[in-house]
Amino acid sequence: MRVGVVTFPGSLDDHDAQRAVELAGGEAVPLWHGDTDLGGVDAVVLPGGFSYGDYLRCGAIARFAPVMDVLVPAARGGLPVLGICNGFQVLCESHLLPGALVRNDHQQFACVDQRLRIERVDTAWTGDFAQDEEVTIVLKNGEGAFMADEHTLDALEGEGRVVARYLGPNPNGSRRAIAGISNERGNIVGLMPHPEHCVEEGYGPGLDGLPFFTSVLRAVVDA
Amino acid sequence: MSGPTAYQVDHVERAAQTPDTTQPWAELGLKEDEYARIREILGRRPTSAELAMYSVMWSEHCSYKSSKVHLRQFGEKTTAAMREHLLVGIGENAGVVDIGHGWAVTFKIESHNHPSYIEPYQGAATGVGGIVRDIMSMGARPLAVMDPLRFGALDHPDTARVLPGVVAGVGGYGNCLGLPNIGGEIAFDPCYQGNPLVNALCVGAMRVEDIHLASASGTGNLVVLFGAKTGGDGIGGVSVLASETFDSTGPTKRPAVQVGDPFAEKVLIECCLDLYAAGVVAGIQDLGGAGLSCATSELASNGDGGMRVHLDRVPLRDSSLSPEEILMSESQERMMAIVEPARLEEFMAVARRWDVEATVLGEVTDGSHLEIFWGEELIVDVPPRSVAHDGPVYHRPLGRPAYLDALQADTTAGLPRPATEGLGRTLLDVLASPNVCDPAWVTRQYDRYVRGNTAQAMPDDAGVVRVDEETGQGVAVATDCNGRFAQLDPYAGAQLALAEAYRNVAVSGARPLAVSDCLNFGSPEDPGVMWQFAEAVTGLADGCAQLGVPVTGGNVSFYNQTGDTPIHPTPVVAVLGAMDDVSRRNRSGWQDEGLTLLLLGTTADELDGSVWAQVAHGHLGGRPPRVDLAAEQRLATVMVEATARGLVAAAHDLSEGGLAVALAEGVLRHDVGATVSLAGLRSRDGVDSFTALFSESGARALVAVPDPDVAAFEALCEEHSQPVLRLGTTDGTSMHVEDTFELGASTLREAHTGVIEAALARDVTPRHAATGRATGEGRRASGS
Repeated sequence: MRVGVVTFPGSLDDHDAQRAVELAGGEAVPLWHGDTDLGGVDAVVLPGGFSYGDYLRCGAIARFAPVMDVLVPAARGGLPVLGICNGFQVLCESHLLPGALVRNDHQQFACVDQRLRIERVDTAWTGDFAQDEEVTIVLKNGEGAFMADEHTLDALEGEGRVVARYLGPNPNGSRRAIAGISNERGNIVGLMPHPEHCVEEGYGPGLDGLPFFTSVLRAVVDA
Repeated sequence: MSGPTAYQVDHVERAAQTPDTTQPWAELGLKEDEYARIREILGRRPTSAELAMYSVMWSEHCSYKSSKVHLRQFGEKTTAAMREHLLVGIGENAGVVDIGHGWAVTFKIESHNHPSYIEPYQGAATGVGGIVRDIMSMGARPLAVMDPLRFGALDHPDTARVLPGVVAGVGGYGNCLGLPNIGGEIAFDPCYQGNPLVNALCVGAMRVEDIHLASASGTGNLVVLFGAKTGGDGIGGVSVLASETFDSTGPTKRPAVQVGDPFAEKVLIECCLDLYAAGVVAGIQDLGGAGLSCATSELASNGDGGMRVHLDRVPLRDSSLSPEEILMSESQERMMAIVEPARLEEFMAVARRWDVEATVLGEVTDGSHLEIFWGEELIVDVPPRSVAHDGPVYHRPLGRPAYLDALQADTTAGLPRPATEGLGRTLLDVLASPNVCDPAWVTRQYDRYVRGNTAQAMPDDAGVVRVDEETGQGVAVATDCNGRFAQLDPYAGAQLALAEAYRNVAVSGARPLAVSDCLNFGSPEDPGVMWQFAEAVTGLADGCAQLGVPVTGGNVSFYNQTGDTPIHPTPVVAVLGAMDDVSRRNRSGWQDEGLTLLLLGTTADELDGSVWAQVAHGHLGGRPPRVDLAAEQRLATVMVEATARGLVAAAHDLSEGGLAVALAEGVLRHDVGATVSLAGLRSRDGVDSFTALFSESGARALVAVPDPDVAAFEALCEEHSQPVLRLGTTDGTSMHVEDTFELGASTLREAHTGVIEAALARDVTPRHAATGRATGEGRRASGS
């Protein structure tokens, strides 16, 4: 099972995402922002970081990278894609997911071990979780507050597309404490927390991130 | 690119013809005899470009002219045995240590104090950027950063300007660069009010065979500048900022502070690593303080020939820059490589892949001079060593400060101490004090997880990162300094800083191997400060020799003072240790009930300079705790061996706030309580409960050991003559000191957390540095 991990200039957690894929039992395939094909991978992770420095809106430039020209149609066609943090921002900028991520309401970068509830388990990336399972995943960002108009938020809730929600005090001002969402089909997931930092005992708070990566391997086999 | 035409440059020929031209050597910070010496070296007056180079390279910051005669001790007191693991010592961009299995680790700590006071965000950000490039230039991949920070009083209005800016700058740069921040320090004292200390450490690793050095050798090899374009930022920043103190009536120095671009640095890191992997780099040097002046003269003087550079080829952000400004510019995120002509195309291909601009500026020559051209004109023609290494050396007068006798005589012996029933209250007061409280407001603004190799970070005793993902081999690093101790006795203070960092590394389970230091002091022109400096350096060198750990490099920062009042001597010491498997490292708090709590080391009545004296009485006087390096070494041996044998569940060193704070922090880490008795300690060491809890004696640690391993642990202690005492067990959710007090974890937490937030919330209005006459008032109020 081959899972591509895209490196944009300024990607930071690409190495971590590759490691997570390998620890889950998959083969990690490095993809480059300038690539014009996806090398036949079965799924793609857009990792965290500050693509192109994110001096404009986060993800606004990465959206125009050559690799996105092939990734966007593939995702629309059902390729499993997980956007983590900056990757989530890129998915929103690419209009593969609705809404936007804006500056944390407390105006600071924050790195915390965050409690979450997994609310949708029929996506390509969450099948190995139990419905409403509570987990601890690293959250670290400066612009992580999910924002959308009330109509969109109602639609996301109504269609069951809120994948993960923050528990406890809202860490960044996200509307309705949303930590992650999916498209209708469930192959595209955007997640502000970093499951790739929770895959190895002793290096991060536990192993709660691993099911995201095992889920997609199973989803691809089942597809 | 066509050469410049309109600009009238001062070239070598003209300098020779016009010996009597008046030159602004004094404005550039040179002394009259230094200027005379330059003329003597060159046999003529310097050109304006040469004058710029000499002035910046002979500044205190670059030349170490006041500190050199003292720093020699680090080399002289390093024995052959201490060099056993040393691959590269003092003098290169950073020292390199062999940690075994083919891995080499490099680390270094530096200061960015003055820029961070003027412009907290950019000053701190570029401090991180600079130290990371030092590590890159050794051939290593940077692994992690740490940041020891010191500010004025937490409740002072200007701290509300400086602290958030510095923290945001360290975070903004380091987070965007993708390096985990694994520790450091945060301390508050009025002596830093007008002069915060922003030190930054980076640690990196490489295979032993991949070490790179800064030398330009091989006639015909090319000199390549790559990275960001050169702009007007930081022109003279190093010499101007590091050599003067701040005066609110003076002109603003804001433009002298460099502006950082962490994205450019991240790309530069990956580009450099690809260049190293391709084997196309023959020599490499980062551009930091003194920019091109430093890089060209250092590379040339470390090589075996001369160098010719065409300055007009430097890509500029600001086309109006003069050649002198280009030579002095401290624009960030730039590197200089020496490349064989046959490998240039490969070099350029790697640079193109990362969209990094690279320009051939010149070549290595078979001559002996550094020659710099501006168009057709030769504007610099100097022996490179005379610029880079043969700067002036000063034997500054030094004298023991007159106030010291009175300060040392003013001990804590006469201060009222709390009765037994007041000890719980005392603990809560200490926990809520700025230097002991939870620093999470700071540390949560840093990414500690990126790259997935962080085994341990704040608030544990040392930062621990994995170097080898296959085997788990890795390193632990801790930085420490108690400036209050160093103020009372700089020799002992430096050794106590070393002892604490060494202990923190060992308590985490790693074998201490090497030292880097950042020596923050007042003006070297003040004989009292110079005496403090000499004492601290001697103390540190003697201490390193006794512990068998060499100093591999570091940095001196002078002129840290406001008006005539210097900061406390603050020799920040970083210790690096190695572990074969970092998954065995010890966390500072216990997770399970039923563990036996053991106290290693002995406790004496040592409260001078303590947190208690500061919090309860606002007192600083007397003598710091006794230094016992043999005891530190014994403790380290026991901890490293016990950790390797898997006998330790958690371990925490005792330092500020003594046993009371160590216990409270252990309880707060995972909300698992402790019940201890002080009876054994009181009778063995002849101390009362207050002293047992709050004394800051060295060479002590609190260790939690699973019941089945207690006998083996105690036997190990006996084998090494390590004093050990059973204190109690872990249980419940409170800290219970029998017959003394019981405080719930929630009560402890209420005191310990939110202190920094609350102080900043009281005054969040950003203030300009120049409005800070208040800073002077804060300083005066601090006395001493």
